[in-house]
Amino acid sequence: MSVRIIPRLDIKGPNLVKGIHFEGLRVLGKPETFAKYYYENGADELFFMDAVASLYERNSLIDIIEKTSKEIFIPLTVGGGLRSIDDIRTVLRAGADKVALNTAVINRPELIREASRIFGSSTIMIHIDAIKNENGFYEAYTDYGRVETGVDVFEWIQRVYKLGAGEIMITSIEKEGTGKGFDVELTRKVSEMVDIPVIASGGCGKIQHIHEIIKEGLADAVSMASVLHYNSLKYFNYNDHDFKIEGNIEFLKKQTKLTKIQGASIGEIKKYLTDCGLECHYEQ
Amino acid sequence: MNNNQKSKVAIFDYGLGNLFSIKHACNYAGMEPFIISSAHRLMEADLIILPGVGAFGDAMESLRRLDLISPLHDIVDSGKLLMGICLGMQLLMSESHEFGNHKGLDIIKGEVVKFDKPLDTNGKTLKVPHVSWNKIYLTDKQHKIFQNLNDETYMYFVHSFYVKPDNVSNIIFNTYYGNIEFCSGILYNNIFACQFHPERSGPKGLSIYKNLDSIIRSKKQIF
Repeated sequence: MSVRIIPRLDIKGPNLVKGIHFEGLRVLGKPETFAKYYYENGADELFFMDAVASLYERNSLIDIIEKTSKEIFIPLTVGGGLRSIDDIRTVLRAGADKVALNTAVINRPELIREASRIFGSSTIMIHIDAIKNENGFYEAYTDYGRVETGVDVFEWIQRVYKLGAGEIMITSIEKEGTGKGFDVELTRKVSEMVDIPVIASGGCGKIQHIHEIIKEGLADAVSMASVLHYNSLKYFNYNDHDFKIEGNIEFLKKQTKLTKIQGASIGEIKKYLTDCGLECHYEQ
Repeated sequence: MNNNQKSKVAIFDYGLGNLFSIKHACNYAGMEPFIISSAHRLMEADLIILPGVGAFGDAMESLRRLDLISPLHDIVDSGKLLMGICLGMQLLMSESHEFGNHKGLDIIKGEVVKFDKPLDTNGKTLKVPHVSWNKIYLTDKQHKIFQNLNDETYMYFVHSFYVKPDNVSNIIFNTYYGNIEFCSGILYNNIFACQFHPERSGPKGLSIYKNLDSIIRSKKQIF
């Protein structure tokens, strides 16, 4: 069995964005371009997150899903702003294979059971955004890291598991976007707690972090953004007019050099992991 | 070539799972897919696909409610190509032990069983469902359906149950999940079925759709 490498694409309106702790979102380009590039370079799955949960205000995410699912033949998970069975059906009909639920299921946990029953539990991923408080308590956050809930992450994990979730994605908001590495303690505890697959997310700054979160954090799959996105930028040629509509494009204009992120391609990641003795789906 | 010459694919919609990736894969392979939820347009099709994600009992109930069970048996008798994917493969079997015992379509003799504590090489219990890219091993490399596939080709799997056909000569792919070897592909008369999702397994998975298309085309040339 191989470890899955899952590029995470945070999307705001028509653009791929990246922030730090989910804030200060920079525009990096078009999600379709990145998605296709990652598919061709050996990604195992793709994860799309609507950063502003704009699904029903604008149809851009649905358009993006429809377009990418026609040319990308690996599993696609979509999250952000999904609140009901109908919302789930809409993104599945657009071509998503799985959905990621957070805010809606914290507000109404029964939705997990209903959705698993209707669409199959393997279609239902629960994503949990966590922050560690001063007293060592991990608290779940909703609404793209904006709203605290008072919910204990580990109690929530037990419940989510019993309600029939197919997979869990655990993100450390403190680590997210920093490039300082995943939260190993958090991921390991979650992974040991349930026997469904756990996807680690948030904090990847270099290849070695991925190895660490699999070996020490017991992650079954790993999701990353900055490491791949900033590395990919050099292969794309963008004109400013692509991004006139909205968003912070200063980063792209200035071509700023990043210090905390050591970019890598999917091929480089998989080669490194294979050399470390892990199994990857990796075509030479 | 005009549209009329494309191979026609009927994809069964019985309310479960994502049919759209299968539809896109058929389009990509140059075939003409359409989605059906009754036996109405079945005979137009060169290839019938039985997909499925979800629970075995619910799926059989849906097939019964939509009155699709006897048309599925008719397809098998007619000699048309039938492809079962994931749960669609499991439904072809005699029975399943998922949440109690359920009768299947009984087109292929055998049962559907759950992964029972698969262990990795370090003796650690692996997670169920098995969600992973994993290798397939071919038992018969000569068949046309295997063009561009080799031993150790990776395919994408999502499942907790697998099939055990009574007649092992029906098995064309095997896969290992930890220490458990299971059947990941079946070929039986005009039926091809696989546990993995070829439409979500990149270019290698798509080659299965292309191979099915060329099998249909070569048949057309004969008649």
